[in-house]
Amino acid sequence: MSDDGTTRPRPGVDRAGIVIALGLIALAVVLIVDARNIQANVVYGMGPQVMPIIIAVGLIVLAIGNGINALRGDTPEPEDMQFGPVLLVLGGLAAMIAIIGLGGGFIPAMTVLFAATATAFGRRAILTDLILGFVIATVIYLVFNKLLTLGLPAGPLEQFL
Amino acid sequence: MDTFAALANGMAVAIQPMNLLFALIGVLLGTAVGVLPGIGPALTVALLLPVTYKLDPGGSLIMFAGIYYGGMYGGSTTAILINTPGESASMATALEGNKMAKAGRGGPALATAAIGSFVAGTLATIGLAFVAPWLVDIAVQFGPEDYFALMCVAFVTVSATFGNSPVRGLTSLFIGLVLGLVGIDKLTGQPRLSFGVPEMLDGVEVTTLAVGLFAIGEALYVVSRRHQAEEKIEAVRGSLWMTRQDWARSWKPWLRGFGFGFPIGALPAGGAEIPTFLSYSTEKRLTKHPEEFGKGAIEGVAGPEAANNASAAGTLVPLLTLGLPTSATAAMMLAGFQQYGLNPGPLLFAEKPDLVWGLIASLFIANTMLLVLNLPLVGLWVRLLTIPQPWLYAGILVFATMGTIAAKPSVVELTMLSVFGLMGFLMRRYDFPIAPVVVGLILGPIAESQLRRAMSISLGDPTVLVTSPISATLLAIAAIALVLPFVLRGMSKFKATED
Repeated sequence: MSDDGTTRPRPGVDRAGIVIALGLIALAVVLIVDARNIQANVVYGMGPQVMPIIIAVGLIVLAIGNGINALRGDTPEPEDMQFGPVLLVLGGLAAMIAIIGLGGGFIPAMTVLFAATATAFGRRAILTDLILGFVIATVIYLVFNKLLTLGLPAGPLEQFL
Repeated sequence: MDTFAALANGMAVAIQPMNLLFALIGVLLGTAVGVLPGIGPALTVALLLPVTYKLDPGGSLIMFAGIYYGGMYGGSTTAILINTPGESASMATALEGNKMAKAGRGGPALATAAIGSFVAGTLATIGLAFVAPWLVDIAVQFGPEDYFALMCVAFVTVSATFGNSPVRGLTSLFIGLVLGLVGIDKLTGQPRLSFGVPEMLDGVEVTTLAVGLFAIGEALYVVSRRHQAEEKIEAVRGSLWMTRQDWARSWKPWLRGFGFGFPIGALPAGGAEIPTFLSYSTEKRLTKHPEEFGKGAIEGVAGPEAANNASAAGTLVPLLTLGLPTSATAAMMLAGFQQYGLNPGPLLFAEKPDLVWGLIASLFIANTMLLVLNLPLVGLWVRLLTIPQPWLYAGILVFATMGTIAAKPSVVELTMLSVFGLMGFLMRRYDFPIAPVVVGLILGPIAESQLRRAMSISLGDPTVLVTSPISATLLAIAAIALVLPFVLRGMSKFKATED
């Protein structure tokens, strides 16, 4: 937001900004630890461990920059938000991954994801949404598996198609 | 090579019936997806990448060209009719266009956007055809150290010009660079940041990252603030056609928009935001109807839309000639090339002239198709906007995950997609720009390999970066571009108090 009217820097320390700065430091540490485990045997020039170190140094500099901004309270205050629906969408994604991982197949996974997302966005007709999600997933499966011959994962249900 | 002959050759490729069909499908799909609220051209290309997996490179790149332009056209339709710009380059359009739609002049607003995009896009594609061979001649003289320096320029301009603060942009870029390290190092075969997970040895897929950040991140962000204002679609009332006065007020902004858009897009200067806003402020200053600005002035739609389209063609100059993506959309196009093992750059012009010139020629065709199809079909696009939001986002998530499942049906890949989605959500919430992450992921490994090549040629002597005149100049430009935003930021604070 470039105009100064909509968001106002909040006075005092910005806690999220501090967390971000600490996260960047942690990421830099991971990079350095990982780079130290690389067995490099490059005679001339740079080995594979050099770039991670350079990036880690950059991350530390940026952590300091973010930290200074956070201490100055320079970051715009995020708008208030609802966490419930966000968790519901993430839950839908997790369920989808579980179904695919356990061999449940593409169509059931997508049906669940569709219904969960629609519910998170305020729909209160779970049965309709499940049916709609099922129809959409089936159509996508047929078009992409049969027409475009992409290999979407098949479960017990897809055997019948 | 003679540009005219090459272009004629490209035209011959592009007007083959199959390729025309690909261009048409691309244009229609691109517009249909681009018109959906919150979906910009970069995501449109990312979502539609899996559709092209099984096509041959020529046909699918031609389809991309259509998707690219169609996505932009769709984005401006959304900006005008519901005031949700899918990308910051459409913000200027939303400013005036939505006011015009509210005043019952949505038709002329859409028309001036479409015709302006066509005029500026066509001029810019001609520019591309003439500048590209010339730049290729220069690029073949670049050594690896010069390429590395060029990428440093792109890193700085992409991250310092997106978003409000250079620190935030650079933070996003570095996250992308870290993701670029994941996987097997191509020169030594050593795994990096893979933590023993076999799926991670292949590295992070650009499409997984882009779809996660853009599609899932956007869905999470929208659902988190759904309780706030609902969007209202403006019906297209009255005539679709522009009056004589509309034409008179539009043609100069179109040309000026091209003048801003193409050069800024062609220089690695970071996307379409700058030219659209330059165009908007210029039209505001030059107009004979200053009282209409902010209330729906047609110049404020015509100029920025032309600039947006011209800069899109402009970003193809560094992309095709140097392999340098300077916007999220260009990064997605590069991912499209890499899907076929093609590396844009001077060599591609020499090795696959049919492909490159066919693509350039298809841009003309896609542009023309959009002009012919979109105004008559505007009713159809408007109907797409009326899909209820829950179903819209549910459908987007299904389609987004489908792309990943089709490419790599593994739990690890889907988990990465979800994690990137959460990351995109948090970045939006805490105001970090998204595009530099994608550019970092795609350019980071290229920059690293160029740097290492330069270092092994110089036997490990890092001064090669400053002893090559091209590299030294480019690195100086990068350094200036890095410092400049901090200086300008100080100045804009001064200006803000002056207002």
